[in-house]
Amino acid sequence: MKPPPFEYRAPTTVEEACAVLASLEDAKVLAGGQSLVPLLNFRLARPAYIVDINRIAAIDRIYERDGGVAVQALARQAAVEDSEIVARVCPLLTAAVRLVAHRVIRNRGTLCGNLAHADPASELPAVLLALGGHVVARSIRGERVIEADRLFSGVMETILAPDELLVEAWFPASSQPFAVIEESRRHGDFALAGVVRAVDRLALFGVAPTPVLADPRDPARGLQPSGDLEATAEFRLHLVRVLTGKAFAA
Amino acid sequence: MKVNSVVYPTPADPRRLLSDHLRHDLGLTGTHVGCEHGVCGCCTVLLDGAPVRSCLLLAVQAEGHEVTTIEGLASDAAPLHPVQQAFHECHGLQCGFCTPGFVLAVVGLLAQHPNPTPEQVDEGIAGNLCRCTGYASIRRAVHRAAELSQK
Repeated sequence: MKPPPFEYRAPTTVEEACAVLASLEDAKVLAGGQSLVPLLNFRLARPAYIVDINRIAAIDRIYERDGGVAVQALARQAAVEDSEIVARVCPLLTAAVRLVAHRVIRNRGTLCGNLAHADPASELPAVLLALGGHVVARSIRGERVIEADRLFSGVMETILAPDELLVEAWFPASSQPFAVIEESRRHGDFALAGVVRAVDRLALFGVAPTPVLADPRDPARGLQPSGDLEATAEFRLHLVRVLTGKAFAA
Repeated sequence: MKVNSVVYPTPADPRRLLSDHLRHDLGLTGTHVGCEHGVCGCCTVLLDGAPVRSCLLLAVQAEGHEVTTIEGLASDAAPLHPVQQAFHECHGLQCGFCTPGFVLAVVGLLAQHPNPTPEQVDEGIAGNLCRCTGYASIRRAVHRAAELSQK
């Protein structure tokens, strides 16, 4: 339960981080480390290089732009949870971030890291998808905007290139009614299944390799969730229907 | 890095976890190691005043930061920190393995909510596992700690 050997880099600017990422093979970005370090400890991840972005100053802002809220790479989930801007502009995000693990984890974990990690059972990718937000990726080749519906490509996979750094996530303002509801075995655990409602849009998490948009009138259509010791595929489909019903009852 | 107000050199090996650095290099064995993947909460320490998992932090990441472990909690003036005093008074521990992590998580909880509601207490300690007490006495200890902290 100790990390495997790796070379450590700690750039101090975004430009330097991009240059380092461009120059290395098999590098992994370390932000909050609340997903990556367990993977290292379990030896499920064995990157040759760790690029720690925590030494980069002034990339932890949460600010309003283009009628929504932008969250930079090093903004901790706890800061998002406590942010008055997020609570006013995008209260759906405030509600969702409270469901991410526990406060002690959120003190360190970052919102952008959560998106880049792309765990299919995670709440925040589904929120980004339901609201139609985007992320901003930077590399030595420049900056590009990736819409939420293109970002997630598989289980813990995004279309981010190996040399790209996710520098910012942008969430449109959330309007009433909204809801984020999940079912998990224990408080703070990953959800067996969950739903995000943003007015008439519905995104599901925990039931497919990526978060998916679904029809609120028939949310389980076409889904083929996996079954495991925690929940059978059938039970996950049941949860999708029940949780969607709850989310759209209001 | 500073640990309990004492400056220490940063370990050379980047894969050294902060939890192992505290225990094996600095001899601060009050930080307990349970699951080593962020679930149990035993290894919780304060990083610049906020509770974090020391098993999910590389020791090199603490360079330039202030770490507080259970050994550094009480002041010279008082043998026990108010949260430690409350756990003692309310029997908020049995075997004691999880206790350092609970105490530091509760310090963080009370900094965020000086007068926590029962729901906030449950939320605040939900990330720490105790296999002895059944949590009832820990909940009481948190409320007692809030009282003691305000005196």
